[in-house]
Amino acid sequence: MEMLWLVPALPLAGFLVLFVTEGKLPKIAVACIGAGCVGFSAVVAAVVGWEYLTSGTDAYSQVMWTWMAVGEFKVEATLYFDYLALVMVGVITGVGFLIHLYATGYMWEEEGYSRFFAYMNLFVFAMLLLVLGDSLLLLFLGWEGVGLCSYLLIGFFHKDPANGYAARKAFVITRVGDTALILGLLLLFREVGTLGIQESLETARSIWPDGSLMNTAIALLLLGGAVGKSAQVPLQTWLPDAMAGPTPVSALIHAATMVTAGVYLIARMQGIYLLSEHAMLCVAFVGLATLFIASFTALVQSDIKRVLAFSTMSQIGYMFLALGVGAWSAAIFHLMTHAFFKALLFLASGSVILSLHHEQDMHKMGGLWRKLPIPFWSMVVGSIALAALPFTSGFVSKDAILLTAADAPELGMVFWGGAIAAAFMTSLYTTRMMVLTFFGETKMEPHDPSKANMWLPLLVLAALSLGGGWFGFTVLDSLFHDHGVHFGLHLDNPIAIATMCIPLLGLVAGYLIFYANVFDRKGIAESGVGKAVGRFWFVGWGFDKIYDSLVVNPFRWLARVNKGDFVDLLFRFTALVARILNNLFSISQNGRLRWYALTMFGGLLLAIVFVAII
Amino acid sequence: MNVLLLICLLLAAGLVAWASERIRPNLPNWVALTTFVLATLWVVFAWLSGPHEGGLYAEQFYSWIPRFGINVILKVDGLSLMLIGLTMLLGAVAVVSSWTETTTRRGFFQFNILWVMAGVVGVFSAFDLFLFFFFWEVMLIPMYFLIAIWGHEDRSYASMKFFLFTQISGLLMLVAIVALVWIHYSTHGVLSFDYHTLLGAELDDSVARLLMLGFFVAFITKLPSVPLHTWLPDAHTQAPTAGSVILAGILLKTGAYGIVRFVVTLFPEASRDFWIYGMALGVASILYGGFMAYSQSDFKRLVAYSSIAHMGFVLVGVYSFNDLGMQGAIVTMIAHGFSTAALFMMAGALQERLHTREMSKMGGLWVKAPRMGAVTMFFVIASVGMPGLGNFIGEFLVLLGAFQKNVFLTICAAIGIVVAAVYGLSLMQRSFQGTPNPDVPEMRDFAFREMSAMIVLMVALVWLGVYPQHVLSMTDAILPMLGVAP
Repeated sequence: MEMLWLVPALPLAGFLVLFVTEGKLPKIAVACIGAGCVGFSAVVAAVVGWEYLTSGTDAYSQVMWTWMAVGEFKVEATLYFDYLALVMVGVITGVGFLIHLYATGYMWEEEGYSRFFAYMNLFVFAMLLLVLGDSLLLLFLGWEGVGLCSYLLIGFFHKDPANGYAARKAFVITRVGDTALILGLLLLFREVGTLGIQESLETARSIWPDGSLMNTAIALLLLGGAVGKSAQVPLQTWLPDAMAGPTPVSALIHAATMVTAGVYLIARMQGIYLLSEHAMLCVAFVGLATLFIASFTALVQSDIKRVLAFSTMSQIGYMFLALGVGAWSAAIFHLMTHAFFKALLFLASGSVILSLHHEQDMHKMGGLWRKLPIPFWSMVVGSIALAALPFTSGFVSKDAILLTAADAPELGMVFWGGAIAAAFMTSLYTTRMMVLTFFGETKMEPHDPSKANMWLPLLVLAALSLGGGWFGFTVLDSLFHDHGVHFGLHLDNPIAIATMCIPLLGLVAGYLIFYANVFDRKGIAESGVGKAVGRFWFVGWGFDKIYDSLVVNPFRWLARVNKGDFVDLLFRFTALVARILNNLFSISQNGRLRWYALTMFGGLLLAIVFVAII
Repeated sequence: MNVLLLICLLLAAGLVAWASERIRPNLPNWVALTTFVLATLWVVFAWLSGPHEGGLYAEQFYSWIPRFGINVILKVDGLSLMLIGLTMLLGAVAVVSSWTETTTRRGFFQFNILWVMAGVVGVFSAFDLFLFFFFWEVMLIPMYFLIAIWGHEDRSYASMKFFLFTQISGLLMLVAIVALVWIHYSTHGVLSFDYHTLLGAELDDSVARLLMLGFFVAFITKLPSVPLHTWLPDAHTQAPTAGSVILAGILLKTGAYGIVRFVVTLFPEASRDFWIYGMALGVASILYGGFMAYSQSDFKRLVAYSSIAHMGFVLVGVYSFNDLGMQGAIVTMIAHGFSTAALFMMAGALQERLHTREMSKMGGLWVKAPRMGAVTMFFVIASVGMPGLGNFIGEFLVLLGAFQKNVFLTICAAIGIVVAAVYGLSLMQRSFQGTPNPDVPEMRDFAFREMSAMIVLMVALVWLGVYPQHVLSMTDAILPMLGVAP
């Protein structure tokens, strides 16, 4: 396990090589370095993971150096490896490698090939640091690092100002959450006296035996950070715009890894959350609100990537719901299966988009299923896993979440009801996406650019999306020791049966509405109410508008008005007075002798009068 | 290490540089660069060989005007040594950055740069208040010349504004110094400007408060803090590149240094009672500076306002009155020196190529000059406070320290981090990203000379961000002297 440091070090090395060579390497070398270092990192991670599983220890930590020490404040750069890190590292390096491999083909024709892989490698490094760091500050380093790479990669095609705007929006909105996270760290340090994760969790347990206001405050501040990074209500608005980035970026950063960092953070700090009922409820409600809102929004989008973005948001909502009801293992498990099937969906849709010359509007697609068999079948697999049809990986994890949520005291039925409604919507929008993209009449003729490096990852991810649930039964269940969570098939109560059947119903409904056209879809959409609701859903329930008018526009307006700095007016006024006085007195200096004699006489007179009076 | 020798070396090199112009027009550049590189190595050598007993790296005493108790007392402790090192390094960077920019009177130009630096070294090492004031003035006048002679279109306004602000606030300090010495004389009967003697002066609360304010105003004008900041955007924008690099990288730090060295130690109680105002001014600078930075359309002016925001963190850190805040303030001083110097250098390089600083006339420059784009991105990210780079360490420690003192003000300061992202990324977008501006002519990318200066600064920031312990342990020892528990 001593090789643990190599796991993040390899992608960092890849980044450094690509950064220093300034894009002068041939493309094939860039591809080898870019994908290769992540691949090697995955191999090392597998070795470390194997050693960890066979060693039987709970956790392994590796101190690298003292990052900083001031008085009582000390931060060690320490890597910490346990079951949670194992799952995360597996997803990041494994799925990360597949996406890198895919990207070597996808990005082949693009400018800035080397820059792209440099950013991607830096991202993998930062993400690994995020999940391996044993100090919250090291986690924060990774946290900001992935945010930076997300910014760089969303705006990768930097010639289009719209991409730059989307990138900045993502960075700034997540930064709002990050500020809450920083404040959480400051409060945690003040109360607990350390930022070490394991250390602070232990101390927290001993000083707050039954929870306290401080504990809740810290939990909520951390939640603020998680909400920003994971695109949950109310900081979710950046994710759909983030789709401006190249599709492999959306797959890696905005589906499989970075956006799940919030889930990881809460799972990692579960010791803090377990002490506070209120904080747990907040987490659950954030998740519930997001999964509900996003699933409706996904139904009316026309851009295929935006459908997937809202779907991601909604699936992460499920993870938050799971965290909120204490189903930690289910949340992490869903994180993993979601990484499989959502990466698959993004990559497959990327192949479709590429074959249509970067067309992303589903209304312009259609009838592609015979022409693009590999992307089609990949998307079928991804879709049934997303819709959680029985026996797919998505089913196993989502089922566990829903059933645990239903068991929650008092609010169980609220959670389950909201989540199952959204699950129905999930099936519905997934069907719509598939029908619009692959069936019906052909509107554009695709060219199939698929190369082995692009379809191989699809194949592997498809296999994982189908069979990845197996991990849940075997490995995860034993690792998490989480006995409140229901993995596997349960046919013993009506709720479990309903949970299994409702997604199927959604599929049937989707078939009837979008394929068989049983209802007058157009008529509903164009009626007054239908239009208004559709519009409302389409813009993501109007959050952007609210933020624009409450924050963005006033800030811009003030900036425009005050460009000249009103504070300077005071000093400029002083200067102006001095100048006016100067002009006034310089009138007297006009060079006329008579005037001088007169003023001298006048002055003398004044002086005499003055003296006389006194 | 003999500081007086270092100062004399800089002064002499200034004269040599001026004279050498007659031999070859390019020679002054070489004289100045060699001097700064040698001086940097000298400081590094002193650092590596470690302090003498008492934690000092250098200590010199010469009698100057014994009748008034004025002596040349020069001492270099960890804080001073770091700042002197920063000064010499940025001196070299400043010379490199203006290598081709200045074409007229290069000899006199380098003379002024070297003399400013001599003044700065004096400021960072003088432990006699009269001598300190003397050096304070020495660095002002060559700086005035740099702006007034080699500045841009509005230089006479800017240089006059700079001069007046500094001079008037400096006058307040002079009055405070004389009053302090006089009070000490009337109680102890000893006329002395020695810092260590004056530390023991017994002052009434109200008098101490008044004198403290005299120093404080002088230093926050230099820092600068809202509301005395308005000279800075003008001076920075109009100054030649080397001038901006020196102004932002070093001269602002003399204000911060003054507060750390003199205000909080000479008037400990008065300063402690004053903490809420100091911190509030810092927070106001962070938020207002950041906000103003966003509203600018001039590349250089934006960076200038961002300096105000960063120096606000220094003020917040110092007035937290604990080890975390103080250390954070010091790290911020160093990191800001590197990152902002680089951004000003970039502004200068762009102006040299495009003959404009207006960002509306830029856009899409990355395509034409990818190296410059990548370098700008790096320093923007640093100044936005990315963990792993120096600025983050400083700002985080400041926030950590301030949080122990006042939660509300810390929250406000933390909001400044979001604002930093807003203006930093908008700078990047408007200049280097977006649709390539068709009016922009072909431009030369950074070559060896400029890249080497940038790489030095990049390495420095990474080093500071990944292993700040070198800096932290340098100043650990002097924390008790600064009135905060270690």
